[in-house]
Amino acid sequence: MARLNPGRLSLRGLDPARQQAVSVSVATGAYAISFGALSVAAGLDVWQTMALSLLVFSGGSQFAFVGVIAAGGGAAAAVATSTFLGLRNGFYGVGLAPVLRPMSGLRRVWAAHMTIDESTAVSLAQPADDLEARRAGFWWTGVGVFILWNTITVVGALVGERIGDPADWGLDAAAAAAFLGLVWPRLASRPAQAVAGASAVLALLLTPVTPAGVPILAAALVAIAVGWRAPKFRDEVPE
Amino acid sequence: MTSYLWMWVAIVGAGLLAWATKYAGHVVPERFLENPRVHRIAAYVTVALLFALFAVQAFTTDGAIVFDARVVAVAVAAVLLWMRAPFIVVVVAAAAVAAVLRLIF
Repeated sequence: MARLNPGRLSLRGLDPARQQAVSVSVATGAYAISFGALSVAAGLDVWQTMALSLLVFSGGSQFAFVGVIAAGGGAAAAVATSTFLGLRNGFYGVGLAPVLRPMSGLRRVWAAHMTIDESTAVSLAQPADDLEARRAGFWWTGVGVFILWNTITVVGALVGERIGDPADWGLDAAAAAAFLGLVWPRLASRPAQAVAGASAVLALLLTPVTPAGVPILAAALVAIAVGWRAPKFRDEVPE
Repeated sequence: MTSYLWMWVAIVGAGLLAWATKYAGHVVPERFLENPRVHRIAAYVTVALLFALFAVQAFTTDGAIVFDARVVAVAVAAVLLWMRAPFIVVVVAAAAVAAVLRLIF
């Protein structure tokens, strides 16, 4: 799950699920400003940046897309990396299906779009026997993050457009820090740390000798190699 | 087609694939995804791609390995993450460190 820091906002009159949804939406929406700025720094225009937030709507995938472009990678490598990083959302849908069903066709189309780290986390954090709270947590967080994430993306993109050379402002370092922040909560277990270390070494070794974008995709091979065999202890696999 | 148009194709394509991935999770029978191997690999793929992106963004420029102000910036970011600072604080601090170092040297 991405970072969840409900904070100390006082939201009287709302039940716990909706309170969490609102504070998570604000905290998550805030970092769309860095996405907007980094996307423009990578060479996309404001409209393209907005389209990524509206259509992809998954922070890790969006940062990855513009990260590959910034590194000089092609559009195909950007799409592939973004899609691989979005695979976890497919698993969230499996966990949410029993909470949200039954759904009409159109509602399910929209529910799928709202399926992200944050909406899943808030929904499944509610008591298992309180279906209403779980549903409220999902919809309020999904729609709340969607509204704020897209609004603040525009602000970041407009700011990013007006600042000249992104490196003068440290935006290249900011992008690196953003990826570190996104992966940090997933580095708790030893095997996860080993996968991370091996992926970094492989990507850096491949960088001088392969087209941009390939070193990052190649890291997926590390994940397959490590994940193929069952671990000795069940709790070693990260979420 | 121009590279600008190709970028639009890529953005719409990434959006469709992202949505299709999410939708698949809502409609597939559960047993398809219960395979523990699929679960493990999916979890590790997230870690592997994000950390590779971090390494390439922090330590390479135009296809070459480069150590510059970013090294100090991401070290500061790591300390802040370790201290449980919020995401936005970590990102802004890293940018500030790199910007100030480049201004001085």
